[in-house]
Amino acid sequence: MEVIRSQKRTASNDVVSNPKIPLYLTAPPLEVRLEEFELFAIDRLRVLKGVSDGLARGKNPKEMDDVVDALWKEHMRHSDASEMLNKDIISHFVIRLVYCRSDELKKWFLSMETALFRHRFRLRNFEAQRAIVGEFGLPYKAVTGAELESLKERLGQVVRSLGQISPSVVNDICCVSVCFFSFLSFAVEAVYYKVPFEEVPDLVAGRRVLIQKGHAFVAGSQLVSLVVTQFRSHISKALILTNRKWMTTIREREKDRLTPIVEALSTTYVGPDYSQSNDYADISLKDIDQVSKSSFPLCMRHLFEKLREDHHLKHGGRMQLGLFLKGVGLKLDDALAFWRAEFSKKVGSERFDKEYAYGIRHNYGKEGKRTDYTPYACQKIISSAPGVGDHHGCPYRHFSEDNLRAALGRMGLSSRGMEDVMDKVRNKHYQLACTLTFEAVYGTSCDVGINHPNQYFEESQKILKSKTPAAPV
Amino acid sequence: MTREEIESREDESMMDAPQINKPKPEEFFNVNYLRIYYGNLFPYSDIHKWLSYGHDGKHPGCDEYYFGRREFSFTLENDVYLRYKSFKNASSMEDAIRSHFPYKIDIGAVYSVDPDKRHAYSQTGSNVFTPVERELVFDIDITDYDDVRYCCSGADVCSKCWPLMTVAIKVIHTSLTEDFGFKHILWVFSGRRGVHCWVCDPKARRMTNEQRSAVAEYFRVYKGNENNARKVALMGYSLHPFLARSYVDYLKGFFEGELQATQSIFSTKDKYEKILAMISDEDIQSELRGKWENSARSSLSEEAISLVRWEQLKNTLQSKKHKAPTLRMCVEEIVFTFTYPRIDLEVSKQMNHLLKAPFCVHPKTGRVCVPIDPNNCDEFDPLAVPTLSQLIEEINSGGSRMDVDDDSDDSDTSLLGKSVKFFRSSFLEPLLKSCKEEIESSYKTKIGKSKDSLSW
Repeated sequence: MEVIRSQKRTASNDVVSNPKIPLYLTAPPLEVRLEEFELFAIDRLRVLKGVSDGLARGKNPKEMDDVVDALWKEHMRHSDASEMLNKDIISHFVIRLVYCRSDELKKWFLSMETALFRHRFRLRNFEAQRAIVGEFGLPYKAVTGAELESLKERLGQVVRSLGQISPSVVNDICCVSVCFFSFLSFAVEAVYYKVPFEEVPDLVAGRRVLIQKGHAFVAGSQLVSLVVTQFRSHISKALILTNRKWMTTIREREKDRLTPIVEALSTTYVGPDYSQSNDYADISLKDIDQVSKSSFPLCMRHLFEKLREDHHLKHGGRMQLGLFLKGVGLKLDDALAFWRAEFSKKVGSERFDKEYAYGIRHNYGKEGKRTDYTPYACQKIISSAPGVGDHHGCPYRHFSEDNLRAALGRMGLSSRGMEDVMDKVRNKHYQLACTLTFEAVYGTSCDVGINHPNQYFEESQKILKSKTPAAPV
Repeated sequence: MTREEIESREDESMMDAPQINKPKPEEFFNVNYLRIYYGNLFPYSDIHKWLSYGHDGKHPGCDEYYFGRREFSFTLENDVYLRYKSFKNASSMEDAIRSHFPYKIDIGAVYSVDPDKRHAYSQTGSNVFTPVERELVFDIDITDYDDVRYCCSGADVCSKCWPLMTVAIKVIHTSLTEDFGFKHILWVFSGRRGVHCWVCDPKARRMTNEQRSAVAEYFRVYKGNENNARKVALMGYSLHPFLARSYVDYLKGFFEGELQATQSIFSTKDKYEKILAMISDEDIQSELRGKWENSARSSLSEEAISLVRWEQLKNTLQSKKHKAPTLRMCVEEIVFTFTYPRIDLEVSKQMNHLLKAPFCVHPKTGRVCVPIDPNNCDEFDPLAVPTLSQLIEEINSGGSRMDVDDDSDDSDTSLLGKSVKFFRSSFLEPLLKSCKEEIESSYKTKIGKSKDSLSW
């Protein structure tokens, strides 16, 4: 890609139709004006930031499809289809250059571009999707004939196990099976691809495919999983290569032209991660019990109470609560004292020092590869999987209704407030449920919505401090 | 090592070993016994052959440094923990074990560089020390079933609850072979109350963390802890074929047969209330509770009572299951709650997770972590596994030869020899054969490629 100052630009020779999503495999032979270099990138960043916000608010896949559709139309539209494609490609490569420069940026870019791709893919019709799959050049064939026959019954079981009623599709290979299966109103789809199970980890994890002898049978409607895995893997590798090129040649060569633009573009667009605590959040050990009752979100309150009660938490709980406390402002020494005081009651201080202190220091970036871990956002907590003896996770998701009602009662919710919250829970809007709890507890509205436990804490502290500035809260 | 070398080594350590009188019952694990075990019985060369996966240096395609890049860890007396240990070959591994006599040996991943030398590479900035291969592993521990076993709890295990492990092996093993197509699978007794599974196919060893996580989640059904009552929730209109096969082939029969006999899960109010709580309909709960509270069938055995009540529950649910979606597969949910395998997900998900080595000795029980034959796991009895003191006793009575490198039939009759022989014939030999074929064929491909690039 060449960046030039002149007014003229060579248009891409590709005739493009809207259904296509570029795969960003190689930088295209286009010339870009310097002004466009920055403007295109900013527009795309607006899209990526919108995707990030949507995910942080826990929107489901269908809602995200709509979000992406709206964002794309608002920021990336162009009256000329080929210009639109150019902008798409150019902006991706510019952002890739900007975001290849650190692990944190790479991770964010990879997640957002993959999510963007996923939802743009879902918005396409089946033919367009098939074409995109074709572009990846994957060697996977459709299953036909006798093999398909032998699998039909179990493929039907898979469809029924997912509880969905698929549209019955006309299958011109075998009409008999259409009659049989549409009678059950759970039709097996017309096209299945035989793919190594490693290529579709999310379908395997959710038991959404039939697996036999190492092959997964992926339905046409599930193609998105296959391509997203490929896309992510490709972008991940590309980021490493781009970083290398940046470090060795580009940064120096472009230091008067592109480098300042690139460096400026990266600082503005990542949401707060609460790894640096601020003035509002500076708790000391003696206040911690009171603060847990007044400002902790339900998930952390539960963990805290269980810790006080059992003098122990399993690993998942230690991570979730421990990192939250770090975000809230608990310093390493205080954290060690806090956990030691509790755990000693159960396992003794010697065992604490031997087995648990290391983990706490690790969380603060003082051991091992010295990563300063960031507290978990709601999205991560909701998708965790608490098992036997665990107390982490999101109570709105992981508690039974009775237990959740009891816990909300202890937080002081009225029965009316509780019904609103339970309604959100039934519809699987866990973060909205937590937001409503927040609003009920503090008697104020929270328009922006809760998407991080530390955000809950900070907002809560703001409110409490504004009411009684002097007293400790 | 040649036979002479082994024999002369044996003689040396025999002379040095203290005279051991009949061991007191409580002394089943101590450093002296460990010395003898690691001096005479631990199968060093079998473990080395396994973890070398055919890279024995005899073929030009071999990677002679492969074994040296594997991480081991030792747990010594007094909980001293040594990580990132690595060994060039079998004899340096043996030397290290025989100088430390570790209480526990763990096996980690094969890394990109020798774990011993990992710091030498950290100057370059990017993370060059990274795992490149690791078996796909599973850990099943019977304490995770404490909410559904009534005979024991915590660290204990007995013949009544061990069958839960047997069923777990059958379900997981069948899926690993039938669904995932894996061929080289080793099941090992963990020494006290569980089992470990090592999947050693090349494909498995190269799986990424994400793929391992996917397989672990595929196996996951039980999502319980004290915060929820319905710990297995089977949604949809039918079971996924994997779950259906497990149910029909293993779980249903076990639940309605052996489990009722050993656990009598309906016989008392406490027990049946727990099951009633899994039915998400108050009316059905009351109906069944009414029947059971009032029945005074004192003449029947606990097992018979349980069976009768199970039939009543099934019949009631069958007629009422259309009342709500959550009742559709309630019967299956109950069976799954009591019988379906509960694996420790964290162990399987990450390549750098360490797992105890086979043929270690468990410090709390003195039992050896012997392999289990998945095709014959009904026969396995955790309480009949050889203990250290039994093995020492066997040496003292001078019975069979303790030369575990001996392939002769004698090793069949010794307590440990049987296990080593099984390890070799059922697992190691087929594995090595397939590894060598792979090394050979990828070497040929490489040669072929370079030949092509030279020709013009």
